[in-house]
Amino acid sequence: MAHDATVAGQSTDPGMKGLVDDWASDRQTFHVPWGKAMMWIFLLSDTFIFTCFLTGYMNVRSSTRVQWPLPSEVFALDVAGVTVPLLLIAIMTFVLITSSGTMALAVNMGYRRDRAKTAALMFVTAAFGAIFVGMQAFEWSKLIIEEGVRPWGNPMGAPQFGSFFFMITGFHGLHVSIGVIYLAVVAIKVLRGDYESRGYEIVEITGLYWHFVDLVWVFIFAFFYLW
Amino acid sequence: MAEGQQEHPLKVYFWIWTLLFVFSTFSYLVDYFNFQGYLRWTLIIVFMLLKAGFIIAIFMHMAWERLALIYAILGPPVVLLLLIGLMAVEGDYTVLTRLNYFGEDTTEYVGHGEAAEH
Repeated sequence: MAHDATVAGQSTDPGMKGLVDDWASDRQTFHVPWGKAMMWIFLLSDTFIFTCFLTGYMNVRSSTRVQWPLPSEVFALDVAGVTVPLLLIAIMTFVLITSSGTMALAVNMGYRRDRAKTAALMFVTAAFGAIFVGMQAFEWSKLIIEEGVRPWGNPMGAPQFGSFFFMITGFHGLHVSIGVIYLAVVAIKVLRGDYESRGYEIVEITGLYWHFVDLVWVFIFAFFYLW
Repeated sequence: MAEGQQEHPLKVYFWIWTLLFVFSTFSYLVDYFNFQGYLRWTLIIVFMLLKAGFIIAIFMHMAWERLALIYAILGPPVVLLLLIGLMAVEGDYTVLTRLNYFGEDTTEYVGHGEAAEH
């Protein structure tokens, strides 16, 4: 025990030694605020949900005899008479990445206790999220009204396309919408000074959720739109 | 720095932000230039994993967390690879069975703008 590096009974050893120390003795395992540990565990469970959706999609797409509609064509947009493949989806991707960047800056400003900048950056993040949901609403209505895509069929190919499209992007859009509300609530509380005594870990926890939403989109973009 | 608090130079975030834009542009270009086959799939997966890695490591601060948290969060999803593998095999089996019993699909699709009749 003499060689163990500890501060207030807590191991500070890095690497494997630290891993064993942290789990081995009836103590707090995760040296982070409990809210942050809980958010990580929630995100872990959400990872399983989205992976199940995408795995189901993979299974159905690989087992259908009917040609899968080409996402590149289905999601193309006409700009000044030129058909650009996946344009709207690319813009949505950039909007979400931009919002992830402003969120990362908000977390940083939170720890610097700059309330005005933290709240402002969180509102900007929420605004980008709202823009994303708006563009998704546009995409959905275009597909439903103009292209005739339904959960049970579509004119372009395999009938399962619609059900997976609506389920996967719908569930993701729901996450973005909830995130926008979550961000707005925390931003207002930051502005009011509710966290002055408790500290600004809450901004980082909100950020974890928001970055996760961006993370899920990375996988949806790759597997649903690009594949 | 207080326990569990993650404060890093802003420069790091701007770098990652830029990289995410670059990789997203690259993965969009894969579609724009219409790469096909293994080249397409490899590029899509490489850019996807790079983006996911940077988001988790830097934006979500996983790179600076202790191993106890990293393993608890990143360990369990490994079992999902088994699910994905099993479902890939299952999908293969299903499509071969369908082709065997029902033959090639002969439906003709009329393209955009037509109402769904299924």
